[in-house]
Amino acid sequence: MKTLKDIACGQTVKVRRLSGEGPVRRRIMDMGITKGVEVYVRKVAPLGDPVEVTVRGYELSLRRADAEMIEVE
Amino acid sequence: MSIKIALAGNPNCGKTTLYNALTGSNQFVGNWPGVTVEKKEGRLKKSFGVDALGDIIVTDLPGIYSLSPYTLEEVVARNYLIHEKPDVIINIVDGTNIERNLYLSTQIMELGIPVVMAVNMVDLMEKDGAAIHMDKLAERLGCRVVGISALKGTGVGEAAAMAAALAAERPAMRQVHEFSQELEEAILAAEAKLGGSVEEGRRRFYAIKLLEKDHQISAMLGNAPDVSAEIEALEEAMEDDTESIIANQRYEYISSIMEECRIGKGAATKKGSSKLSMSDRIDRIVTNRWAALPIFAAVMFLVYYVSVTTVGTYVTDWANDGLFGDGWHLLGIGGADYAEACDVYARDVLFTEEMKEIVREAAAAECIGAEEVLAAVGEGSFGGFQEAYASYGGAMTEAGFDISHIVDLLLEETPDSADYGIWVPGIPILMEKGLDAIGCSDWLQSLILDGIVGGVGAVLGFVPQMLVLFLFLAFLEACGYMARVAFIMDRLFRKFGLSGKSFIPMLIGSGCGVPGIMASRTIENDRDRRMTIITTTFIPCSAKLPVIALIATALFNGSGLVAASAYFLGIGSIVVSGILLKKTRIFAGDPAPFVMELPAYHWPTAGNVLRSMWERGRSFIRKAGTIILLSSILIWAGSCLGWVDGAFGFSTEMELADSVLGAFGNGIKWIFRPLGFDDATAAIATVMGLVAKEEVVGVFGVLDFVSMTKAAAYSFLAFNLLCAPCFAAIGAIRREMNSAKWTWFAVGYQCGFAYVVSLVIYQMGSFFAGNGSVAGMAAAVLLAAGICWMLVRPYKEKDASGVKRKGLSRNRA
Repeated sequence: MKTLKDIACGQTVKVRRLSGEGPVRRRIMDMGITKGVEVYVRKVAPLGDPVEVTVRGYELSLRRADAEMIEVE
Repeated sequence: MSIKIALAGNPNCGKTTLYNALTGSNQFVGNWPGVTVEKKEGRLKKSFGVDALGDIIVTDLPGIYSLSPYTLEEVVARNYLIHEKPDVIINIVDGTNIERNLYLSTQIMELGIPVVMAVNMVDLMEKDGAAIHMDKLAERLGCRVVGISALKGTGVGEAAAMAAALAAERPAMRQVHEFSQELEEAILAAEAKLGGSVEEGRRRFYAIKLLEKDHQISAMLGNAPDVSAEIEALEEAMEDDTESIIANQRYEYISSIMEECRIGKGAATKKGSSKLSMSDRIDRIVTNRWAALPIFAAVMFLVYYVSVTTVGTYVTDWANDGLFGDGWHLLGIGGADYAEACDVYARDVLFTEEMKEIVREAAAAECIGAEEVLAAVGEGSFGGFQEAYASYGGAMTEAGFDISHIVDLLLEETPDSADYGIWVPGIPILMEKGLDAIGCSDWLQSLILDGIVGGVGAVLGFVPQMLVLFLFLAFLEACGYMARVAFIMDRLFRKFGLSGKSFIPMLIGSGCGVPGIMASRTIENDRDRRMTIITTTFIPCSAKLPVIALIATALFNGSGLVAASAYFLGIGSIVVSGILLKKTRIFAGDPAPFVMELPAYHWPTAGNVLRSMWERGRSFIRKAGTIILLSSILIWAGSCLGWVDGAFGFSTEMELADSVLGAFGNGIKWIFRPLGFDDATAAIATVMGLVAKEEVVGVFGVLDFVSMTKAAAYSFLAFNLLCAPCFAAIGAIRREMNSAKWTWFAVGYQCGFAYVVSLVIYQMGSFFAGNGSVAGMAAAVLLAAGICWMLVRPYKEKDASGVKRKGLSRNRA
């Protein structure tokens, strides 16, 4: 299963579903990463984590460990 | 009856600007009860012409993205909306980022409270060619909508008038938004189960929260109906958990609205659009893989250099030595002449051949401190000599190189600063004169001058430096760089349970712990913030430098390694404490989510930045000031009350050893026996260190170390560096923790940690030097092993909110 963690910089992907559970997952959804939305992976922080993505027209940063919850196609 | 308006919206949507535009200067800043979240309330400005309705109070809710139960800010905001029942909510949304902003709006509309939606930044949207049909939006959302520009002030009056009219009218809210049919049926069923237990207007809100399995809401309701059958049916039908279903449908609904309401496609609607905005271009450089760290270092250096090293030190020195000291030269006029006159006097009169000879001999005999005195004499510097003589004169006399009989008399003849330029006497001097003139009694004069003015002066002395720092922080926060700091540093700091933003408090803490602790305000997550507050003062601040220098000179031949080791000790303590505390029960909860918006860069308004600076400064003066004042008076009383010739009494000339403070030091010195310094002076010095760390040097001169072993002296240093900080910093901790319990925990942890570290240092050091005890060594090894075990012990981050794990895994199975 491909997750957002595996996506290289500069690619746009569509969210299939969110796995996992708990507050972080809810937070990710609250920030607009929901089923079917397009996510553009913008860049990786200088120390390798977290990543910056563009979603619903704004910039969002999230850790790679949390990006693993986001299954994409 | 006053009208209550709540201002709600996402972070970074211009809420603070709108709030300031609505209330002007009629603001009260405080904290929400029991938490560290800031609460702001203000009176609506009269100029909007709606004061016929009486007082209108605007409450600025914390910036939130949702009404979920998972973050403190969200819980605070929704509890306010549920319990305080404001008459109207003004929901501010950022027009350039409208989809995510409307997500919160869809939740707010369910509360049954009239809503006015203020779509901010309409001017920017027009420029981007991405306007919105406000009428259509109002129709589709079921609330009043007005386009505003909080920055330029357009539409703000209209929004205020609309809110006031709605509050007077109190119309029943009609619910426009509908979810999918299955979900609506489940909501209806849950609403029916709730029945009359909640008022009609907000039944839908509760029903949705119950379906989301929000345990805080069901606890609030007391006897919440069981909706697990509805939840199960929904999850079965839609193959997802209810929380996701609801979140997904909200966003789907928003997308469908926006498709209808948008006029034209501007940059705001870009999805992989090729045109880069200004903000994008800045961000490309600032968080670039290679440039990010150097830029970060440069920004941090600038902040530190200006607020701590130059402006900060200059103004703080003026406040401490001038305003609350002897006095100062107005605008510096005559200051240079005076210093020159002093140097001339020193070279011509003070530094006699006889005195130079004694100093040279002392230096040759390697008497402690003689080297420093000699250097000052060689340079012909009066100030340098005065400082070195004050520190080491006693030690030289003791060693048989007495220069006091030569210089003490001559020192009294030094030029008078009042003869040069315009000399303004300090407040203590002026007050002393005034009190003398009215014939004030000795003890009262001492209380006012030494206790109160000294104490207040200590607080106010920090303020200028802090204001400079707050100015920087406010700017960095408002322009959007602070979020990038967290982005850049997150990987490093989260390893030991801190936030990327913890870097700034620690950097500032190396100048002074008080603004360092106050700088932790920029950390959103409560757990990270508390952890940062507790560990920031481990970094040696400038007041601890004299203590380090004293011990380096006295026992380690002035080796620079001592100072370097002090910084490593500080950093090591932060890392170790971070990892240790992260694994304790109190900090184990709340896995800090790092799902953070990186707001677009923009140039902040001067008004907002200055206001934010002043609010922070004022809150420090008011809240921390009381603690510092009380403890200064207490210490003053302890040092002036005591036993003279066997009788208990008061004397302003009390020897420290005879005072109550001395007795206290004697009483507690046994505590420090395992650390190698069970002596009354060391104990008193440690207590006095609470007033200000440099006081340690005042009490505990060079001489007191001669009898100490190196291990004991270093253990003394370590303890004084790591234990509870000065009262000013404790006051700042109290202010930032906003809880007496947490303040005690912080101070207790710092002292406990310092004790363990010092014990290990002393016992191991003594053992390897060949004069330790086996029992002591065993204890040290046990403690060190205990810490190591705590460090490597595996642990699992708990779900602190107590919310049961979602049923997703079951669905998948």
